Amino acid sequence: MNKTSYENLTRGIFRENPTFVMLLGMCPTLGVTTSALNGLGMGLATLFVLLLSNCAISAVKSIIPDKIRIPCFILIAATFVTVVDLLISAYFPTLHATLGIFIPLIVVNCLILGRAEAFASKNNVFQSALDALGMGIGFSLALTLLGLIREVLGNGSAFGWKFVSEDAETMMLFIMPPGAFLALAGLIIIINQLRKDKK
Amino acid sequence: MSYLMIFISAIFVNNIVLSQFLGICPFLGVSKKISTAAGMGGAVCFVMVLSTIVTYLIYHNLLLPFNLTFMNTVVFILVIASLVQMVEIVLKKTSPSLYQALGIFLPLITTNCTVLGVALLVIQKDYNLINSVFYALANSLGFSLAIILFAGLRERLAFANLPKAVQGAPIALITAGLLSMAFMGFSGIGN
Repeated sequence: MNKTSYENLTRGIFRENPTFVMLLGMCPTLGVTTSALNGLGMGLATLFVLLLSNCAISAVKSIIPDKIRIPCFILIAATFVTVVDLLISAYFPTLHATLGIFIPLIVVNCLILGRAEAFASKNNVFQSALDALGMGIGFSLALTLLGLIREVLGNGSAFGWKFVSEDAETMMLFIMPPGAFLALAGLIIIINQLRKDKK
Repeated sequence: MSYLMIFISAIFVNNIVLSQFLGICPFLGVSKKISTAAGMGGAVCFVMVLSTIVTYLIYHNLLLPFNLTFMNTVVFILVIASLVQMVEIVLKKTSPSLYQALGIFLPLITTNCTVLGVALLVIQKDYNLINSVFYALANSLGFSLAIILFAGLRERLAFANLPKAVQGAPIALITAGLLSMAFMGFSGIGN
């Protein structure tokens, strides 16, 4: 693998992580991360849509008229979201019930449109696929990490495995809405600090 | 369900931004000044009510009779995108003053997930048309309330002396967290 491909793949995972650095796709990030598994499920669903839509957009970019490119991108993304929505409801009905409205809302996740506009509309299919994979993995990692932190603090469990007794008092706040904002703020502060130290 | 209950529940108890996490991007993005926040709120009210009516009618008169309900995400986003475009053109011609106030926010609304979210929630909750309109209006008011309150807090925060790592997004998120905690005080009303 040459240097540019490697760069395109890893950029989304660390240096330009969509959640912690670029702050894209905040709604699902905050909305579904009540547990690590929910975060992972949402991350993988987004990864799948991002990968397919990036490839498709990159493949047809030369025949899309420049003026109506944004509606075309949204329509392509919406098609793949429908596919993912139907697949999840068929194979993982419980996950479908918890993620709920956030699955169709992947369409309006700024991450999808952002990568289509900034990368897929300018690069070839292979590079766009690498970019989508990197961004998708970065997004999934971020959501899983946030979900894990909220689950450990709020519910005393990790990936569904409970490590405190049933009647133990946990910090319920972290699985309620305010906890989402506070946990993400804490993570971004830590990451900002680490990035500053590295420079 | 009474209309008053829909209003109280959507604005305070289940606020669309602070407890359902829809529309976080504009909530964090265009909330630096109260005036822009109010403009965004107004534009969202306008588009949300309009698009909920249109998508409701399309769903019940076109998608449901022809068994095409699985297409609703694709159809709704297309309808909302074209509707926003149309509203922009009509406003520009008919009411330049309103266009001045709301114009720059309109293109941003297509990718505002509150609009698509409410259109989908109304279908999920199986509301009739009048309830849907009230639900959309209540949710857009809830959005406006949250974003205007948040902008007021941020205007003051602009003068605070913060450590470098906390500036920008983290402090905004902490503020939003505190605001969301305040709104949790309403939970339990009317359930």
